[in-house]
Amino acid sequence: MHELAVTQAIIDAITEKTGEARICSVRLEIGVLSGVLVDAVRFCFDLVAEGTPVEGAVLVVDEPPGRVRCRDCDEVFGADHLILLCPACGSAHAEVLSGRELLIKSVEVSPACAPPAGAPG
Amino acid sequence: MCATCGCSGVTVELEQRVLAHNDDLAHRNREWFAEREVLAVNLMSSPGAGKTTLLERTIRDLDGGVTVSVVEGDQETAFDAERIRATGCRAVQINTGAGCHLDAAMLARAVHELDPPTRSVVFVENVGNLVCPALFDLGESYRVVIMSATEGEDKPLKYPHMFGTADVVVLNKVDLLPHLDFAVDTFVRSLRQVNQRAEILPLSATTGAGIDAWCGQLRDWM
Ligand SMILES: Nc1nc2c(ncn2[C@@H]2O[C@H](COP(=O)(O)OP(=O)(O)OP(=O)(O)O)[C@@H](O)[C@H]2O)c(=O)[nH]1
Ligand SMILES: [Mg+2]
Ligand SMILES: [Zn+2]
Repeated sequence: MHELAVTQAIIDAITEKTGEARICSVRLEIGVLSGVLVDAVRFCFDLVAEGTPVEGAVLVVDEPPGRVRCRDCDEVFGADHLILLCPACGSAHAEVLSGRELLIKSVEVSPACAPPAGAPG
Repeated sequence: MCATCGCSGVTVELEQRVLAHNDDLAHRNREWFAEREVLAVNLMSSPGAGKTTLLERTIRDLDGGVTVSVVEGDQETAFDAERIRATGCRAVQINTGAGCHLDAAMLARAVHELDPPTRSVVFVENVGNLVCPALFDLGESYRVVIMSATEGEDKPLKYPHMFGTADVVVLNKVDLLPHLDFAVDTFVRSLRQVNQRAEILPLSATTGAGIDAWCGQLRDWM
């Protein structure tokens, strides 16, 4: 399950930027064509955040839908998986316009916010 | 406002790619390989598709004085590295433990230990898995996905991320085709739905059929 490594990368990237500051929420963008399962990230998040300044943070995930353009006929269509067949002409020559996002958008930092009960520090 | 305690939090915009750190390290690996003129090939497949067997064969058949060395990735054991060393070739084993893929940091450590000579070939045998390795750039020169004829023609449609990133798709174990219900044209059609550019190389790592085309591809890449 690569979502564990992905979630670890998320927590590492945040703490590298914000250091010891208490994080009370995290906003991610995980496109439906990114190859990363949002539910699995949610499952791993609390586990990986434990003992870090991100522990207890609320996780908000935006999931941009897949949008694809056919290279043969220019049709733009939606896709929820990576098997990209143009509904207009049947071509598989397609270019993904959006849906592959895998981003940390923002975090909410609160120096005043109390760490959740049981957290170190 | 903070959802934990209601205090007024400060929003910090990050707009950062989640895998930025891995991608930076992969970029460094790529530069390191380029400086040494090393061809680095990342081999990926489901468990048992024949990665190690193809490597054993390639080491024997890829003549012309090319030095080959291998980075072996497995969750546990050094069996595959030992198989490679038995051919007289240098190999470094990485055990990922619970991890299901290699990442750029692991490869960096392994190739520094391997210390491949200039103008040589480094093969990276990734952990047998068609899902997780797809997402992690190692800094390789090319990505090869190996699928065996015993796996079913629709594999590319089930694992579009993996097959979509391949530069070459090897169809291994073609010696078994007479005993199987595997339609090669259906497989090619499935693959083309997720990848239009990959070269398709049918071969048998055990009998050696089709190995010439594979070695020719490697020489083209050098
Ligand atoms: N018939 C046939 N068997 C093959 C061929 N290539 C590999 N095998 C057999 O398939 C089995 C697995 O091969 P390996 O080379 O160990 O596969 P692998 O992909 O390295 O496996 P992992 O590292 O465990 O993921 C062995 O029993 C091989 O002998 C082939 O071309 N034809
Ligand atoms: Mg192996
Ligand atoms: Zn079209």
